[in-house]
Amino acid sequence: MTKFTFTEKKDTRSGFGVGLHELGKKNSNVVALCADLTGSLKMDAFKKEFPERFYQVGIAEANMMGLAAGMTIGGKIPFTGTFANFSTGRVYDQIRQSIAYSDKNVKICASHAGLTLGEDGATHQILEDVGMMKMLPGMTVIVPCDYNQTKAATIALGDHHGPAYLRFGRPSWPIFMAADRPFVIGKADKLIEGTDVTIFANGHMVWQAVEAEAILAAKGISVELINIHTVKPLDVEAILASASKTRCVVTAEEHQINGGLGDSVAQVLARFNPTPIEMVAVNDSFGESGTPTQLLKKYGLSPENIVAAAEKAIARKK
Amino acid sequence: MSQPNDLESLKKISSQVRRDIVRMVHACQSGHPGGSLGCADFFVALYFKFMKHDPKFNMEAKGEDLFFLSNGHISPVFYSTLARAGYFDVKELATFRMLNSRLQGHPATHEHLPGIRIASGSLGQGLSVALGAAQAKKLNKEDNFVYVLMGDGEQQEGQIWEAAMYAAHNKMDNVIATIDYNGQQIDGPVDKILSLLDLKAKWESFGWIVQEFNGNNMADVVAGLEKAQKLAKNGKPVMNLMKTEMGYGVDYMMGSHKWHGVAPNDEELQKALAQLEETQGDY
Repeated sequence: MTKFTFTEKKDTRSGFGVGLHELGKKNSNVVALCADLTGSLKMDAFKKEFPERFYQVGIAEANMMGLAAGMTIGGKIPFTGTFANFSTGRVYDQIRQSIAYSDKNVKICASHAGLTLGEDGATHQILEDVGMMKMLPGMTVIVPCDYNQTKAATIALGDHHGPAYLRFGRPSWPIFMAADRPFVIGKADKLIEGTDVTIFANGHMVWQAVEAEAILAAKGISVELINIHTVKPLDVEAILASASKTRCVVTAEEHQINGGLGDSVAQVLARFNPTPIEMVAVNDSFGESGTPTQLLKKYGLSPENIVAAAEKAIARKK
Repeated sequence: MSQPNDLESLKKISSQVRRDIVRMVHACQSGHPGGSLGCADFFVALYFKFMKHDPKFNMEAKGEDLFFLSNGHISPVFYSTLARAGYFDVKELATFRMLNSRLQGHPATHEHLPGIRIASGSLGQGLSVALGAAQAKKLNKEDNFVYVLMGDGEQQEGQIWEAAMYAAHNKMDNVIATIDYNGQQIDGPVDKILSLLDLKAKWESFGWIVQEFNGNNMADVVAGLEKAQKLAKNGKPVMNLMKTEMGYGVDYMMGSHKWHGVAPNDEELQKALAQLEETQGDY
């Protein structure tokens, strides 16, 4: 089994920027819209090479969602870019009616998600977005784990039909996925094979889980680590297969405990194969200002929290 | 369109559309007859005279003009017009708002009803969608118009003003927007709920060309839309403030917000139908 390490760190939003630029070259129907955050979303390269397909909409996110929905009618594949908070909560009804219910091929690309946005504080650190988006019928929800996977996910969305939400972040983060690692929407990605406990993680928390696995391995615990980068549609088969093997489960995500990946996994297990489950997530609270590392520690999202959750889950095994 | 579109023919179609509207809302005892009746002439003029469109519906509509209804609650007039224009069988109007129907209470694409390109009902979103479609037309170098209708009460939604700014800034001169200026909303007269003050000045200050016409006279509607087409494609979006009376064509429904979202009973239906000539055959 591959050992996951890294030599370089980069922000996942840069993976989006590079992916979008590549898609722009590949498909002339790809258009991009941005609500006054071109630099923050790393959309400059696309804007520079395809100015006629780049739409600066100003600080007017509701209008941006409607514009994107309308553009699909003319055969375009719009990628909207703004912070995760303004991509979801601020425009939920626009997404619901004009995009999801209308089945429009809009790709909602959201940066600065979660606590790791850092110093800007809780106004911007949305931790409810995955829940809001996954509840919309027909919405695909993707939370990639590093720069390379965010790039791959962005490119994959170019060939995917239907509304989709792509969530990524601001901090510099280990690049531990090989650039050529296949990325399939809706297909869980098994990183480490194991037998004692399964960790299902996504986003920045996949790296935290890699670190947790090393700690657990040193204690003689065999961890299966699976990256559930697509929260919806969920890879039910992969979840059940692993849970029935290890017989206990931990979920890890940079999101509220309500409504995120943990919820989705728990629902599958409760319905098809009740299994002890522990959830590493933000426990029904808002975030605050701080560095990403400080915040992950304070809100219980560090590798040590995953280790503790795994040990607890194992202890609950029947 | 193959059907004759002289003024008299348009008036006849419009009378039938009004009959359809009251029969549809009566049959399911729900829906919004007031605004639908007020906008019947506008819809008929658009679909039977002005728009280049193909009732053999396809979503992308390359080379066609497009229409978006933002105030989706006046779906009866939209559905009747589409059916009378050949998008689907007029018999289907009988299913309006009923279980398993493609004619949802508010327009939707979900059931694949030909002629509908976006869901609307939650107000304030249609102008943005129309601008997106118009932007795609420009990118595709299609020389067509994109029409959109909004309510006047709907002008209270903030998103409309985001869209208004976008349209002028980006010279969206292939867009012809219309406001159904009937002065009424659910809770009462717009001026008493949240006044729009000088709506013409508002839109002009947002960089639009604004004209006004009477929406309850077919000759005025036709002249107004002709003028709108001439005003368009000159670097600015065009706004029609179309004065209408809610419930127009049915005397007891006119001049009040009472019939915004109320269906007539059996007796009221007969009273309404007696005032509206059957010209194309009831569904």
